[in-house]
Amino acid sequence: MKVIVCVKQVPDTSGKVAVNPDGTLNRASMATIINPDDKNAVEAALTLKDNTGCKVVVVTMGPPPAEGMLRELLAMGADEAVLVSGREFGGSDTFATSQILAAAVKKIGIDEGDIVMCGRQAIDGDTAQVGPQIAEKLGIPQVTYVADLKVEGTKVTCKRMLEDGYMTIETQTPCLLTAIKELNAPRYMTVGGIFDCYNKPLTVYDYEALKDDPLIEVDTIGLKGSPTNIYASFTPPQKGAGTMLEGADKGTCEKLASILLEKHII
Amino acid sequence: MFDNRAIDEFKGVWVFCEQRQGVLQNTALELISEGRKLADELGVELCGLLLGDNVDGLAAQIGGHGADKVMVCNSPMLDKYTTDAYAKVIVDIIMEKKPEIFLIGATNIGRDLGPRLAARLRTGLTADCTKLEIGYSKTDNEHKIILQTRPAFGGHLMATIICPRFRPQMSTVRPGVMKKSAFDQAKADKVVVEHPAFELSEADIKTNVVEIVKAAKELVNLSEAGVIVSVGRGISSDVEKGLALAKELADELGGVVGASRAAVDSGWLPADHQVGQTGQTVRPQLYVALGISGAIQHKAGMADSECIVAVNKSDSAAIFEVADYGICGDLFKVVPLLIEEVKAAKAAK
Repeated sequence: MKVIVCVKQVPDTSGKVAVNPDGTLNRASMATIINPDDKNAVEAALTLKDNTGCKVVVVTMGPPPAEGMLRELLAMGADEAVLVSGREFGGSDTFATSQILAAAVKKIGIDEGDIVMCGRQAIDGDTAQVGPQIAEKLGIPQVTYVADLKVEGTKVTCKRMLEDGYMTIETQTPCLLTAIKELNAPRYMTVGGIFDCYNKPLTVYDYEALKDDPLIEVDTIGLKGSPTNIYASFTPPQKGAGTMLEGADKGTCEKLASILLEKHII
Repeated sequence: MFDNRAIDEFKGVWVFCEQRQGVLQNTALELISEGRKLADELGVELCGLLLGDNVDGLAAQIGGHGADKVMVCNSPMLDKYTTDAYAKVIVDIIMEKKPEIFLIGATNIGRDLGPRLAARLRTGLTADCTKLEIGYSKTDNEHKIILQTRPAFGGHLMATIICPRFRPQMSTVRPGVMKKSAFDQAKADKVVVEHPAFELSEADIKTNVVEIVKAAKELVNLSEAGVIVSVGRGISSDVEKGLALAKELADELGGVVGASRAAVDSGWLPADHQVGQTGQTVRPQLYVALGISGAIQHKAGMADSECIVAVNKSDSAAIFEVADYGICGDLFKVVPLLIEEVKAAKAAK
């Protein structure tokens, strides 16, 4: 059995975000991190490895510097890493990205007892689309929003969160699961892990390596193959400044209460 | 034959009308209301697509909010949502009837279903849209398309996405963003109900829903609340007291308590209270932000509220940029005074 985990390196949007005058993101000025939900996916895989001795392969699509993130994941305990990188892949939307990642997963090899894990969504796009789209391209069942997971042989039981509760869902391997933060607490790298990570295999799949897969066509990958295009991007319009009320005492609150009364809110 | 590039063959606006245990989700009616505007602008039919078991009774509601037609698929296998069953039935019907636009609520179920459909239909899908308009692409002024605007990078950027070459054009839409129109009984009476043929067998469904569990406690309904009093990191010095004050103020104003991501991540309130990009989008009549700095993720979820009041110790807090009324001060001192004044104002009314 093995678990293949799809991960993404993302700009850290939790801190200050720099926007270029043309409305695009100034990525160069921002720190990159492992996408938070993907860390939960990796942790789920490593927990399965702890319990069953299965193999964990991490795969990412991104520019060459994403290798640093893969080394980090190897130091956390993953066995192998694959970097999918090539100019032909650039500008891919979720549809095109899922074509490429599904081809990469097929090349790694997905067998009867295997599981593909993804994070629910990445914090740069927040789409939550690539996981289910990989599952579709691989023709395997999916369970998204997984908050609890039990694997017994080929039987997989998930707690799948809804807004107003949860579902318990059973399925069979091979399948694809998307992790949310409630699933677990991601571990840290160990000193030994950091020492070992440079001896673990890290393979690069470029366009040449994947081009024989029928999923990889000029009209299914990259900017050209993406069904969606960006028509415009802009910074969200700021609301006009409101009124700062003088002071923070009884009189201030009295004034506010009278405003709310005038507006028929109270 | 289905050719997703033969864009002239595709007509009509469709909305996936999500129901759970026979109850139509609010988002479905928000999308029907929004879909009505888009369909009118295109001069085409608006159709609701409803899957379930014995759910014909919901069609009038969908019609009453603006649908011309409701297509209903009934089967015991469609009673509970499964990705496989819903994707199979919907893809087959789309391939046969060819709508130009297909809208889905970005609920936990819609976000599971939408990408699966789009990948199978080999078309584009734009996630979590907050604005939909009809327009033209920059290179084609013959075909009207849908311009789909959504936040990206945690709300720091807005992007307008188009899918000019493939059909249907698909969007998932953030719950709570589109306004639900008033119910019209005359429209409800007039709605056309159809039962399209579909094929589905147990063998198509690779997942088994063992149980559906409703949250034990009543979840807070932020999207329907007229008043929300939210707390953030500013209550950290005395969490218990901060929460009690927020609750008391909310009670006085007839509202509910919300939270910033920081407050939820700290475990002070459960996730269903979270307002913002990763929580819920709200647009109440009054939004009171107590000790919330106003991270862009938070503002993305509440900036459209009709009236925003912010109380924060720091006069440079970003929340004041969106607030209609700001008070710079210690919430532990201000809120008790405000509760008293609200009580007094109510008594004097």
